[in-house]
Amino acid sequence: MMLTRAVGLGPALRQAAFAPRLVRSQVVGRSLIAKRNVQIQSLPSTASVEILNKQRLKRPNSPHATIYQPQLPWITSIANRITGAGLSVLLYGFSLAYLVAPGTFDSTHIIEFVAGLPEVVKFAGKTILAAPFAYHSWNGVRHLVWDSTTKFLSVKGVYNTGYAMLGLTCLSTIVLVFM
Amino acid sequence: MQSLARRFSSQISSNARLFSTSTVALQATPVQKSVMNKEFKIYRWNPDEPSKKPTLQSYTIDLNQTGPMVLDALIKIKNEIDPTLTFRRSCREGICGSCAMNINGQNTLACLCRIDRNTSKDSKIYPLPHMYIVKDLVPDLTYFYKQYKSIQPYLQNDNPPEKGEFLQSQEDRKKLDGLYECILCACCSTSCPSYWWNQDEYLGPATLMQAYRWIADSRDSYGEARKEKLQNEMSLYRCHTIFNCSRTCPKGLNPAAAIAKIKLELATE
Repeated sequence: MMLTRAVGLGPALRQAAFAPRLVRSQVVGRSLIAKRNVQIQSLPSTASVEILNKQRLKRPNSPHATIYQPQLPWITSIANRITGAGLSVLLYGFSLAYLVAPGTFDSTHIIEFVAGLPEVVKFAGKTILAAPFAYHSWNGVRHLVWDSTTKFLSVKGVYNTGYAMLGLTCLSTIVLVFM
Repeated sequence: MQSLARRFSSQISSNARLFSTSTVALQATPVQKSVMNKEFKIYRWNPDEPSKKPTLQSYTIDLNQTGPMVLDALIKIKNEIDPTLTFRRSCREGICGSCAMNINGQNTLACLCRIDRNTSKDSKIYPLPHMYIVKDLVPDLTYFYKQYKSIQPYLQNDNPPEKGEFLQSQEDRKKLDGLYECILCACCSTSCPSYWWNQDEYLGPATLMQAYRWIADSRDSYGEARKEKLQNEMSLYRCHTIFNCSRTCPKGLNPAAAIAKIKLELATE
C-alpha cells in the first residue's frame, strides 16, 4: 500500500479494483486504441532559432489608433499637429503664390475679393481661419508651460489645462470672428 | 492556556447547538443567483495558420459565476469554453505586469480591471497596440526589453564608499518615489502614438522613466553619460507630451513628467 501511494498509483488501482469486470476491460481497450497517433519529429536545438525567425516574419501587427479609446490627451495632441500643418500650408502656400503671381495675390486684391463676398461666407471663412489659429496658439502656450516649468505635469493637470485651453480657444475664436 | 481553551470549548457545547447538528430544514437555502450573460470579444490570431487574418472571437459568460476582474473572465473562458485562448498571466494582483492588454480601448492589467457590469454592451479585448503578436493576446516584447537593457538600468559608480553601503539623504531617496515602482508591463509605451510610429528608435515612456530613475539617483555617478546617450533626435525627443502614458498607467505612475524632467535637465545644463 505504501509503495502504491508513493508512486501515485493508489487511486487508479482502487478504481480498477472496484470497477465491474466488463467496464474494466473496456477501459483498457480504449486506452490502447487512444494511444496518440502523433508523429514526433526530432530537431536539433539549433533549429529553434530558424523556426522562431520564420514565425517572426509572419506575425501581424496588433491594431492601434483605430481601437484606442478617444481621450482628451491624445486628441488635443493630434489636433495640435493638424492645425499646425494647416496653418503652415496656408502660410507657405500664400507666400509662394505671392512669389509666383504677385499681381493677383497681394493685399489689395485679397481685400477687394473678400469685400465682394456675401456676409455668411465671410463669417464662415473667418471662423475656419480663426479657430485653428487660436487653438494652435493656446495649445502652444500649454506646451511651453509644461516644458519650461514642469508644472501641470499630471493626469489632472493635463485635463484641467486641456479644458482651459479649449475654453480660451472658443473665446478667442468668437472675438476674432467679430473683429 | 490549556485550561482556558477547555473552558471555552465547554461553554460552546453547553450554550449553543453546533451548526452541523441542526436539521437541514432549519438551515437557510442558498440563494440561486440569476444568470447575467455578458459578451466578450477577444482578438484571436494563431501562428499555426499565419495566412488567416486576425479576428475578433465572441464568448458569452455568466458574470454571476465569474470573478470580478477581466482576468477572471479570461481564465473562465480558457477553462470552460476555449482552451486554445492564449494570454499571459501570473500574479493576478497587479505586481507582475504579465496580463497587460487593451481592454475596451485602454491599456491596462486584466487583473486590475473590473468587468463592466453593463451587460448590454460587449467588452472588447485586444493585445497591447502596435506590437507584433506571438499568439492571441500575447505580444512580442523582445525589443521592449532590449530598449530597457540599453539604458543600463543598474547603479553605476566608480567610487564606492570605502566602508559599508552608499548613503543617501531622505530628500534624495524621495526623488525615486513614483519611479522605482514601475513593473515594466509596457502599458504606457504601447499607448504612446510616438512609440507606435517610431518604435525602432524612440525608447518609449517606460524605458525613459527608468532612465530618469537612474539619472535622479544621488548614488549613481554616471548621470552625465546617461544624459549624453539621450541627447539625439530620436531616443528622447520623439516624446511630444501627449500624456497617454500617464493616463493609462495601471500603477498610477507618471512617465510623462519624468520625461519632461529629463528634457528640462538636458536643455538647461
